[in-house]
Amino acid sequence: MKHLPSRSSLLMAPALAWLAALMVVPCALVLALAFFRRGIYGGIEYTFTLENFGLVFDPLYAGIFLNSARIAGTATLIAVVIGYAAAYAIAAAPRRWQPVFLFFAVLPFWSNYLIRTYAWIVLLNREGLITQLLRWFGYTGEPPSMLYTEGAVIAGLVYNYLPFVILACYAPLSRLNPELAEASRDLGASAATTFRRVILPLTVPGIAAGAVFVFVLSIGNFVTPALLGGGRFQMIGNLVYDQFLTANDWPFGAALAMALIAIMLLVLMAQALAANRASGHAAQVGGDTDG
Amino acid sequence: MAERSPATRRTLWLVLSLVFAFLYIPIAVLVALSFNEGGLPTAWSGFSLKWYASLAGNSAILSAALNTLIVALVSTAIATLLGTLLAIGIEMRRQYGKGLEALIFAPMIIPDIVLAIALLSFFSMLNLTMGLHTIILAHVVFNLAFVCSVVRARLKSFDWSIVEASADLGASALTTFRRVTLPVIAPAVIAGALLAFTLSVDEFIIAFFTAGAGRASTTLPMQIYAMIRFGITPEINALATIVMAVSITALTLSQRLNRGIIGQ
Repeated sequence: MKHLPSRSSLLMAPALAWLAALMVVPCALVLALAFFRRGIYGGIEYTFTLENFGLVFDPLYAGIFLNSARIAGTATLIAVVIGYAAAYAIAAAPRRWQPVFLFFAVLPFWSNYLIRTYAWIVLLNREGLITQLLRWFGYTGEPPSMLYTEGAVIAGLVYNYLPFVILACYAPLSRLNPELAEASRDLGASAATTFRRVILPLTVPGIAAGAVFVFVLSIGNFVTPALLGGGRFQMIGNLVYDQFLTANDWPFGAALAMALIAIMLLVLMAQALAANRASGHAAQVGGDTDG
Repeated sequence: MAERSPATRRTLWLVLSLVFAFLYIPIAVLVALSFNEGGLPTAWSGFSLKWYASLAGNSAILSAALNTLIVALVSTAIATLLGTLLAIGIEMRRQYGKGLEALIFAPMIIPDIVLAIALLSFFSMLNLTMGLHTIILAHVVFNLAFVCSVVRARLKSFDWSIVEASADLGASALTTFRRVTLPVIAPAVIAGALLAFTLSVDEFIIAFFTAGAGRASTTLPMQIYAMIRFGITPEINALATIVMAVSITALTLSQRLNRGIIGQ
């Protein structure tokens, strides 16, 4: 084919220029900001320093990082368990129903994030639906405080990102060759062993993709901790927000944002590794059945 | 999949029902409350549209809605054009570096808060007055990436030899694009545009950071955020129901167009 590379470049140029000017340059600027000092009156003093990165590891802030990682990790774990079960059930449903179920599983994901989070305030507040239900069942005590807890933040994160996990896990589950599971059962493996040794390893890439998505979006989240945690559960996203909009310490905020990106890249690298190992295992399982 | 015992099948249906209940009950409660006459979350006092009527009289919400519409329409138009050209440009090449792939993928995975502060720093360093125009500049960044990925998926199965044939038959590059390439990718371009429109209508954090001071360029999500922080009101329920209806309609349409692509 005689594709003209010059024409291709011409077509790509406007979009790439836009990304360069409004993504690459601003992000590079943030990286640079992280190495400057905060001015006395909140501005930026252009002297080189590593202080901001040191401050990230200060016990106070390192604690918030660990806290965020714990909350994001818990949300990820719960979302993966529920999402995998849902994806498994969808993949086991009659073929013609699968696209319908999948569509309705993903649909909430396309509605406004703030609104989906707000829906949980309506459910969890002291006079919310859950309290009403408890009353209806004869509960007369004080309304339980569920809103503004770590549990509420986790519930909100799981709720918001679950559809993506379902989608990610469904892909490998629907492609699974049923003969593999049958062969495993015929050879005397129990259902549990078959799941653990055959089905689960083959669907690891889907789990990894879903888990990475939930974790990355959760750890940098700012809206859910602010709304469902009531500001009591600071996560990295809130910390970055504060540095830029209230504390006015942009260099430190920039360092925090870079730490967030570093965590994200680490997680993505771990995912790539997991996917590689899984494809190795898939080849092995496939080879076994051929032989 | 393999034969299953009735007990297993029952368990699978139970799992599905529970998951769908988890996904839809919170939304259903919200929608139901928006029609509740009394407006209280505690008691149902009859069907009413009065909270919708009260929205229509709320000037802050109306102007926020108008701002959102402007931002979404303009950023979608620019992103659709740039994203489509980008997709064609990439797919025309037989090979491209991983760097290019990463650059186009980045806007979709960068945490919103990071892009938001990066753009805020950038705009304020340039001493740019921020407003709707800066939100538009920002929204095009992620929107064009999404449009590009939808159009590229369509182009994967595109037979480039028909472009060559058209050129050999003497058609200009523009005619070839208009008469050959565009009809093939049109459904994906529209699907990508609808996706971009919805993403822009719903986007909060980046808009919040790039809107500048003052209320003049408040978008609907910013308005909703402010209202939610203030507390639960029946008006938010009504507004939330409308916004959800709009994005779900747009995305269902987008999905249909995409399914049309797969069906071909």
